[in-house]
Amino acid sequence: MSALAQLAVERQTVICAGPGGVGKTTCAAAIALEGARLGRRACVVTIDPAKRLADALGLEVLTNEPHRVDLQRNAGPGELWALMLDTKTTFDDVVRRNAGSDEQARAILENRLYRNISGALGGTQEYMAMEKLYELHSEGRFDLVVVDTPPTRHALEFLDAPDRLLRFLNNRLFRLLMLPTRAGLRAIGMASQAMLRSISRVVGGAVVTDAMAFFSAFEGMEQGFRDRATRVQTLLADPGTAFVVVAAPRRDAVAEAIYFADRLRGSAARVETLVINRMFPSFGPLPTALGAGTPESPEVAALLTNLRDLDQVAGREEQHVAALAERLPGVPIVKVPFLSDDIHDLEGLTAVGRWLFGPPPEELRT
Amino acid sequence: MDPKAFRPPARVMIVAGKGGVGKTTVSAALAYCAASAGLETLIVEAEGKSGLTALFDRREPLGYQELVLSEPGQAGPGSAGLRARTLTPDDALVEYLEDHGLRRISKRLSATGTLDVVATAIPGIKDILVLGKVKQLEALSASRADGAPEFIVVDAPAAGHAVSFLASPFGLLDAAAVGPIRTQAADVIALLSDPERCQVMLVTMPEETPVNEAADTAFHLEDRTGVKLAPIVVNGLWPHLDLPGDTGGALLRAGAALDDSDLAALDRAAEFRRQRQKLQDAQVARLADMLPLEQLKLPYLFTTELGRSEVVTLSASLVEQLVRLRP
Repeated sequence: MSALAQLAVERQTVICAGPGGVGKTTCAAAIALEGARLGRRACVVTIDPAKRLADALGLEVLTNEPHRVDLQRNAGPGELWALMLDTKTTFDDVVRRNAGSDEQARAILENRLYRNISGALGGTQEYMAMEKLYELHSEGRFDLVVVDTPPTRHALEFLDAPDRLLRFLNNRLFRLLMLPTRAGLRAIGMASQAMLRSISRVVGGAVVTDAMAFFSAFEGMEQGFRDRATRVQTLLADPGTAFVVVAAPRRDAVAEAIYFADRLRGSAARVETLVINRMFPSFGPLPTALGAGTPESPEVAALLTNLRDLDQVAGREEQHVAALAERLPGVPIVKVPFLSDDIHDLEGLTAVGRWLFGPPPEELRT
Repeated sequence: MDPKAFRPPARVMIVAGKGGVGKTTVSAALAYCAASAGLETLIVEAEGKSGLTALFDRREPLGYQELVLSEPGQAGPGSAGLRARTLTPDDALVEYLEDHGLRRISKRLSATGTLDVVATAIPGIKDILVLGKVKQLEALSASRADGAPEFIVVDAPAAGHAVSFLASPFGLLDAAAVGPIRTQAADVIALLSDPERCQVMLVTMPEETPVNEAADTAFHLEDRTGVKLAPIVVNGLWPHLDLPGDTGGALLRAGAALDDSDLAALDRAAEFRRQRQKLQDAQVARLADMLPLEQLKLPYLFTTELGRSEVVTLSASLVEQLVRLRP
C-alpha cells in the first residue's frame, strides 16, 4: 500500500497544505474518496473548490454542514461526505458558543466591526477552517477528516491564524479604553484617548465607536477562544494527524512548499507525504544514434526539437522536485502527471487516485 | 521590429491574473518594452514578494525604495531607465497615516494592533491606499515632474483579490467613508475610469481553470469598476511544431535508423505534444469565445530559469503584437 493510501486508512485527520493553484482541493477530495473506498466514513472540508468539482461533490451551495456524496459507480464499503467552509457562519457559531448570554452574542454579531471580520481580517478563513476541523473531529462522526487549506500566499498562514486572531481580539489599546472604572489604568488611558482622537480624525469616528463597542461586547470571551486554539494546536500535533504538502514543479510553488516545511519542522507536526502535481512526462534525452549526423529532414527535425523541448521541461521540473526533496528528507514523494483536463467528477478523482495511491501506471513516468 | 514602435496604451497598466500564470514575467516584459522605447518606467510590485529582480539577473530582494533594474541605454540605444519598488498594503497604510499627522504614533498604532482594527473596520482601506499611491505616482507622471516615471506597470495582487482590489474605491464610496479616505476613493475612481490614464491587462494560461478565472475576472472588473481592459495575455503557449503523423515513416524517409525504444520514445513524445497543442488551441478558442478581447500570445520558454534575456525575448514579442493591433 502506498504511503498516501496508508494515511487515508490509518489517520483521523489529514491536512493538505500548499500554495494556491496546484490542485490541493482535488488532492484532498481524492484522499477522502480513497478513505471511503477503503471502508471509512470520510469527510472532506473544502475551502474554495472550482465550480465543477463542487458540483460533482454536490456542493452547489454553502451548507457548512457535511453532506453525503452519492458515489454512484464508485461506491464502496465506506462513505464520502463533503462540506464547503462558510467562514462567516462558522465564526458566528463560535461566538454563540463562547458568549455568556444571548445578549452578548447578539451584541457581537450585530456589531459592524465584527461583520467585517470574516471578509477583511487576514487569517480568519484559516482559523475557521481549523475550527471546523476541530468540531468535526471532536464530534466523532467521521473516521477521517481531510482538510483543504485556504490558498493563502503563504501556505502556513493557518498555523499562525489562531494567534493572529487572538492578538486582534485582545487589542490592548481598546481593552484599556473600555475599562474607565479601573482607576489604575487611567494614566495609560489618557495617551490612548489622544491616539484614538487622531484616528477618528483620519478615518472617521465610526471606526472608533464600532471598535469600542465590539471589544466591550467581547469582554470575557477571550479565554474560550484561547482554550480552543490550544486544543486545535494539540490536534495538529496529534499522531493521528498527518500533513500532506501539495506542490507543483514550479519555482514559486516549490519555494512556498520549502518555507512551509521549514516552519513545520519547529513544531510537533510532520509532513508525511509530498505530492507533486501536474508534472510533465519525461521521454528521455535525444537518442544518441542521431546525435551527430542529424538527417536534414524537417519532419525529423521537428520530432527531435520536440523531444529536446520536453526533455528540458522534465529536467527543470526534476530540479525543482529535487530541491524540495532535499528539504524533506525521508518524506515519500508522489508525482502526479499533468492531466489534460481539469478534474470535475468522481471519475476524474478516481483517475488522480490511481497516481496518488497506486503504483503509477507503467506507460509514463517512472 | 523597432522597439521604438511601442506606444503605451495608458500611463498606468495594471497587470492582473491568478497565481502561477506569469503575471510578474508579463509585467517585466511590458515594462521592458516601454524602457526600450525610451520611456522612464517604474514597476510597482503590490504583493511585496516576487521573483521580479531575478528576471533581471539580480539577487537582491525588492523593497520600498526604488531599485534600478535597467540603466538608461542598457535596453538598447535611446532606451530609458527601468526601476521597481514594492508597494504593499501595509506600506501604504503606514505611509498614509504618517502623511496625515500620525507619524509620531504610527509605530504604536502598529504595535498595539490598532492598524488591524482600522483595516478591519474599513474593508478595502489598504487596497484604496495602494491605489491612491499609484494615483499619486501617475499624477507625477502626468505633470512630467523631474525624475517621474513616464509609464507605470502595477503587478497586481493575485486574482480573486484583483477584483476586490480594483473595486475597493467603489465600495468605500458606497460605505460613505469620511474625509480624506473618501477623497482618495473618488480620485482613484477617476483614474480607473480614464482609459488614457489607466488600463488593466489580464494574464492567463491556455488551461481550463485559468481561462475560466480570467473570463470571470474580466466580467467582474467591467461590472464593478468600468476600467478599460487592454488585450489579454495568453502566456506559456507551446510553440507549434509540425510533427509527422508517422514517426517511424518520417525516420525511414530521412534515412535515419533508430532502435525500437528510441523510436517509441520519439513517438510517444510526439503524441504528447500533439495532445498538448490540441488542448491549448481549444482553450485559446474557448477564451476568444468567452471574452471579446484581443489576445497577446506569449510563448512557453523551455530554458531552465527565466532571466533578463528571456524578458527581452518576450518583450520583443509583445511589441510586435501590440503594434499589429494598433488601429
